[in-house]
Amino acid sequence: MSDTEKVEANLTVPPAPATWTVGPVTRTDFVQYQGASGDMNPIHHDEEFAKAAGFPTPFAVGMFQAGVVGSYATDWLGAANVRNYRIRFQAQVWPGDTLTIGGEVERTYRTAEGEPRVDVALYCDRVGTDGGEPNRAVSVWATFVLSEEQ
Amino acid sequence: MANPDAVGTVGTPYEMDVTRGKIREFARATRSENPDYLEGDNNVSPPTFLMNYMFWAFGDSNPWPKVELDQQRGLHAEQEFTFHGEPPRAGTTLEATSRIDNLWTKQGRRGGEMTFVTMVTDFRDAEGNLVAEVKMTGVETARPPAEEEQK
Repeated sequence: MSDTEKVEANLTVPPAPATWTVGPVTRTDFVQYQGASGDMNPIHHDEEFAKAAGFPTPFAVGMFQAGVVGSYATDWLGAANVRNYRIRFQAQVWPGDTLTIGGEVERTYRTAEGEPRVDVALYCDRVGTDGGEPNRAVSVWATFVLSEEQ
Repeated sequence: MANPDAVGTVGTPYEMDVTRGKIREFARATRSENPDYLEGDNNVSPPTFLMNYMFWAFGDSNPWPKVELDQQRGLHAEQEFTFHGEPPRAGTTLEATSRIDNLWTKQGRRGGEMTFVTMVTDFRDAEGNLVAEVKMTGVETARPPAEEEQK
């Protein structure tokens, strides 16, 4: 949808849930997601395959952490309300990593048809077992329809 | 090396069933306890659920191999889901069509050319209405991703 079809409006948005900590994540989490999604790339579970490709261990499918961010976002704004969900992958997630997921409102508006909407920015940061500085694993930009009764 | 001639390749349309069991499995795998996914009969699917097309697109239905992205230097850069209304619900059968949409290059931060490729999959309902579009962006780096982490 182009910007010309959006009418800025100051709409009430439910407060974002508290930041969500997930993990430490394990190879089992990666494999469970792979089975659920159908992406069986061995680099995410086969130790020897990952090492042959130059990685120290298998690492998570990016869509695993992107999906966990989706669980946070739809608990916040409603599973049936999502209209756009765009993910950028920025860093790999490794076994033993702890994930921190959060988000904030970017803007509210109405479509040309008057439907109330909110754009939100979400993130998943990772920190390894070495306890170093966290870095961003994925950024997500999402659009939800707002329920008027809220 | 990615093959620019792949742009415009359209896969054979294929069916994809959205089912209650697969929604539950996907929700659990993404740590969700949301009753909208787990309870009831015609549950809505999670925002990234359509990744499940990998169970349904076989052979000529999946044009992605035509891109010939180098497996050692290939990375998933972006993924976008657009819904024209609610996300698909359990009990829906979708018709999906994938196409190689675009290919472009740019210089990486540490030198070396990066090649980006997008594949767009359209999902239509039984009446032929476009209900969702999924865009996958892959990138091929000049060196293995273990050396050049994509930002």
